[in-house]
Amino acid sequence: MAIAEPPIRIEDAPLNAVRVDDVQLDITLEQLKKLVSPRALTGETMLLNMGPQHPSTHGVLRLLLELDGETIVSCIPDIGYLHTGIEKTAEGKTYLKVIPLTDRTDYLAPMSNNLAFCGAVEKLVGIEVPIRAQYLRVILMELTRMNSHLVWLGTHALDIGAMSVFLYCMREREMILDIYEAVSGARMMSSYIRPGGLWRDVPAHFPQLVQRVLDVFPGRILEYEKLLKENPLWKERTVGIGKISAEDAIAWGMTGPCLRGSGVNYDVRKAQPYSSYDHFDFSVPLGSNGDVYDRYKCRMEEFNQSLKIIRQAMKRLPPGPVMTDDRKVAPPPKHEIAYSMESLIHHFKLWTEGFRAPEGEVYFAVESGKGEYGVLLSGDGSPKPRRVHFRAPSFHNLQPLSEISKGALLADIVAIIGSIDIVLGDVDR
Amino acid sequence: MSQSLSELLKSALGDAISQVTVFRDEVTLHVPRERIIEVLTHLRDVQQFNMLTDETCVDYYPREPRFGILYQLYSIPRNIRVRVKVMLSEYDASIPSAVPVYRNANWLEREIYDLFGIHFEGHPDLRRILLPMDYQGHPLRKEVPVTVEENAFSFNRARIDATKPYATE
Repeated sequence: MAIAEPPIRIEDAPLNAVRVDDVQLDITLEQLKKLVSPRALTGETMLLNMGPQHPSTHGVLRLLLELDGETIVSCIPDIGYLHTGIEKTAEGKTYLKVIPLTDRTDYLAPMSNNLAFCGAVEKLVGIEVPIRAQYLRVILMELTRMNSHLVWLGTHALDIGAMSVFLYCMREREMILDIYEAVSGARMMSSYIRPGGLWRDVPAHFPQLVQRVLDVFPGRILEYEKLLKENPLWKERTVGIGKISAEDAIAWGMTGPCLRGSGVNYDVRKAQPYSSYDHFDFSVPLGSNGDVYDRYKCRMEEFNQSLKIIRQAMKRLPPGPVMTDDRKVAPPPKHEIAYSMESLIHHFKLWTEGFRAPEGEVYFAVESGKGEYGVLLSGDGSPKPRRVHFRAPSFHNLQPLSEISKGALLADIVAIIGSIDIVLGDVDR
Repeated sequence: MSQSLSELLKSALGDAISQVTVFRDEVTLHVPRERIIEVLTHLRDVQQFNMLTDETCVDYYPREPRFGILYQLYSIPRNIRVRVKVMLSEYDASIPSAVPVYRNANWLEREIYDLFGIHFEGHPDLRRILLPMDYQGHPLRKEVPVTVEENAFSFNRARIDATKPYATE
């Protein structure tokens, strides 16, 4: 039933109407009227609050849903519950000290964030990275992608009702976290990638750890696919749900598997290769329908492609240094400090003042597990950045949620949120 | 590559661009505020820059004009990036909204409004996005210091006493 004239004043509405002061959204009545249909103010449709403490919103995402029965009329995302002011904090720190902050944006893919920031600094300052460090970065980036996809797969399947997949994914993720711990000493907040290369070379047992992943994973991926790919319950919940066309996905700025699920061939690794990604042979999986199932298929195939890249990089891993020998940005080795006055000065200057970056702006993007993770860095000639902006893929992928979920069922919104793979640390920064 | 692109865009857009700079192989078009929608529409429709990758603001304090709005565009068919930059004065910090040209500018402009206090004319839903509605000020401006935020809740007796309003009569 459509109502031609919505009531102007809230007092004119019938008794069962929504009381807007009950809906604690950061919004005035006039602004709310622009977002919901006129039927919400008469009480014909229901306003339902989902989150921020809801397990299937993957963090502290809050949605205000307008429901007509079980159908979603409009969906208003409310973000910012995890805003920590990382961009402001970064302005007060030297370039090196910003790296631990980047770990905490997308905390499921810390290495990708490290690389995006360090790549931007390298571009701004003009630093060449040794080839061994580039190859190791590629290996770690692909492991990070698998780490991010494993958490996505586990939680997405858990939301839809497949509990065992979650436990399997967490079991496999442990192997990747072990590698993080071996190289950086930390299991999640690694801060391992530095401007100019890596903090230190990988330990002697690194090849064995990676080989274990390479040996175990192909079978495990088949195991997940056996559980889900042809499972009628899984297909019932995902095929044809949350569709977005290729044109819409581009116009909304979606990237990563969300864009490729709609059939758009855009991957930063292929389009604008960084860290010598052009040395490796891999393909970019594409979907065609742009629904939840196609995004799932894209990510599952990306596991295999990641393994392929790691295998090539491990085979061709060159020896050599992992840090640039430019002493203006990289600390000198410990043994040099003992006899070289220059090295001592460099060491002292680097840890007290940091290095200076020229005035100007650069944009550097990497393909993280969730999409294009870009850093827009503005230097002002001092050792601290004037402005750091993180182009967070989750932020851009979440924005079209209100459009994707229009007309879907309430239960489907859980599947849609899972399939666009958001991390709220990345959305809110 | 970037030199030829900057020449091409300069001839295509004419006097809508006040200046073109190339830094680290990245092309930046400097555009006056009045022509921004025209330039963005041209870049999207004629030059095939179909994706607004990012939009953000940089505070160049103490320079005047002080704020720079940066639009980072990407063209999927041509595989090139370009940046458009509009400088805004502190005393007249408003700019036409890019939402009619690029839909995803909606949240990006809300974020800039929230953190820098820049007004976007014609934005469909301009309100704070990351910070609470009752927040005072715009924290990413350079005059706002990085300080300790006041606790909303504490178990520390001294801190409670310092901030809790007691009845005086």
